[in-house]
Amino acid sequence: MRKLLLALALLLPLFALPAFGQDDAAEVAAETQEVVEETTRTVDMMVNDAISPISNAVVSVIFYSVPVAGTDFPLIVGWLVVAATIFTLYFGFIQFRAFGHAIELVRGDYSDPNDAGEVSHFQALATALSGTVGLGNIAGVGVAIAVGGPGATFWMILAGLLGMASKFTECTLGVKYRNELPDGRVSGGPMYYLSKGLAERGMAGLGKFFAVFFAICCIGGALGGGNMFQANQSFQQLVNVTGGNDVSPLAGFGWLFGIVMALVVAVVIIGGIKSIARVTEKVVPFMGILYVGTALIIILMNIGSIGWAFSQIIGGAFSPEGVAGGAIGALIQGFRRAAFSNEAGIGSAAIAHSAVRTKEPSTEGIVSLLEPFIDTVVICTMTALVIIFTGALGTGLTGVELTSAAFGAQFSFFPYLLALAVLLFAFSTMLSWSYYGLKAWTYLFGEGKTKENVFKIIFCVFVVIGASMSLGPVIDFSDSMIFAMALPNIIGLYLLMPVVRREVNQYFAKIKSGEIRKMKGH
Amino acid sequence: MSDIYIVGFDGTEASGRAADLAAGLAKTSGATLHLVLVLEWSPYSFLSQEELAERHKRREEELVRAAAVVEPVAAKYGAMGITTTHEVRYGHAGEIIAEIASSSGAKQIFVGRQGSRKLTDRLLGGLTMALVQIATVPVTVVP
Repeated sequence: MRKLLLALALLLPLFALPAFGQDDAAEVAAETQEVVEETTRTVDMMVNDAISPISNAVVSVIFYSVPVAGTDFPLIVGWLVVAATIFTLYFGFIQFRAFGHAIELVRGDYSDPNDAGEVSHFQALATALSGTVGLGNIAGVGVAIAVGGPGATFWMILAGLLGMASKFTECTLGVKYRNELPDGRVSGGPMYYLSKGLAERGMAGLGKFFAVFFAICCIGGALGGGNMFQANQSFQQLVNVTGGNDVSPLAGFGWLFGIVMALVVAVVIIGGIKSIARVTEKVVPFMGILYVGTALIIILMNIGSIGWAFSQIIGGAFSPEGVAGGAIGALIQGFRRAAFSNEAGIGSAAIAHSAVRTKEPSTEGIVSLLEPFIDTVVICTMTALVIIFTGALGTGLTGVELTSAAFGAQFSFFPYLLALAVLLFAFSTMLSWSYYGLKAWTYLFGEGKTKENVFKIIFCVFVVIGASMSLGPVIDFSDSMIFAMALPNIIGLYLLMPVVRREVNQYFAKIKSGEIRKMKGH
Repeated sequence: MSDIYIVGFDGTEASGRAADLAAGLAKTSGATLHLVLVLEWSPYSFLSQEELAERHKRREEELVRAAAVVEPVAAKYGAMGITTTHEVRYGHAGEIIAEIASSSGAKQIFVGRQGSRKLTDRLLGGLTMALVQIATVPVTVVP
């Protein structure tokens, strides 16, 4: 009941404000803000008190860190990087061998014109990218470079290159073991390959357990890292560009931002397919062009210093000067942020890639290896170069503020554009994660319109919670859920590696023998 | 071998008029009438997650709907003694119709003028403009 009253207190100003004249409005707004801040603090404390014990336990397990050269190294990052390295070696550097072929596949060179009308490789890749490219590319790089120095970029690129092999493995399996539902829809992802793939290998019980474990973490991750964290950080950036916490008229109005954002998300995810199509069709390319285009302009303006910038990156990667933890610190930060950014090994993107129509599962695996390349090797490096070029690194800033200052150093209006980009990145990431969460939800509770709507409503409520509250432990907990997905997923990938190898070997054998060849007219 | 007349058919009144004209000419000349229904689709458009999952289902539905549009018309002309074939394809209508005309050695293409109000069509040209520019055989645009 107490929670209900607090929630009503949060919503009250919405109904009360229009009843007053303009003269009273300022006074009322100030009082309202005070009430809201007080209420928010109280709710924050209540939720934090309730969840802290569980949250702390989960976070300490998932993000268990060991001190390495004076810096904390979370073992989960090691788990992801080691897996990526093993996949790289096991598949014989597939990310380099098949890179050119991946581009041919995306271009449609091997697509059968008679299969036209289905999901193309390009579409599956673009949709998966809209979920992966997000705050990690903007704020994450800012953190990595602020803490690890320019050298962190080198390790981030290396982790991105290794992560390509993890993506390849999970997306091949995603297509191979996808489900076609009775109504014709396609459902795929780790839930399916863990349960079906491991059952094939005589480990049905373990597979089912992993699939359920993965689905639970995926729901937690969708509500947290894929939702609350995104809403929270995009609001923070809005406050930053409008003057910061002390000056910004938006400060303290996270709840209002959250309600607006939740309504937009609700219109899209509950409103139906057409509205999603219209929104994402506009948002995704616009977002990418805006951010990458801006970064590219700054890089081109400083092209003369490109050699110097790379000498900073490579020098910093190996020399222990001037940054916390030295070269090892740079390595840890680089690996960590790359893992946060491209989600390779987490299993999320396998859900998006599963829908592609292909006779050969490994084709989608090959296409998906472009994802960490675009996300981490290209976009994160561009962010890093802008930060290094503009000299913003010495300002003591970190995270999204550092990236914002770097863009602002070149063009004063760019932080505003960046705020818009952050908002759009966060929005598209939220849409993707709402779908990942939904698939995990329906895997656990079954298909059905009502069940789906229950999840969608919960998802929208969490947008408001994420934007309006500080909720450190809650966000930590839900963020750790995303990484918890990697535990069953990677064990499953290890066990199913031979299946992927068989798939890819027979695919390349078919190409070599001419059984699969480029289509005429492409 | 008889001549082939290609008709761009999408179930609209304008495409019906084009088909009627082509059918009349085919009857007198003994040509084969080939109705082509193109479902506009690009492999490079952006899809949402839900659309990805539902795309296969939608495609099946689109094919059934398209067949329901083109089959009765083909049957009608068939009953009039005109040899009529039909096909449903995915892609850009102008490119597909021009490609079919070229690969089948057709004598002529018939399309209806839609009178599009869309600004993009007016600026960039719609199907008829595309066909006039790229087709390798004569194009008859029926008002």
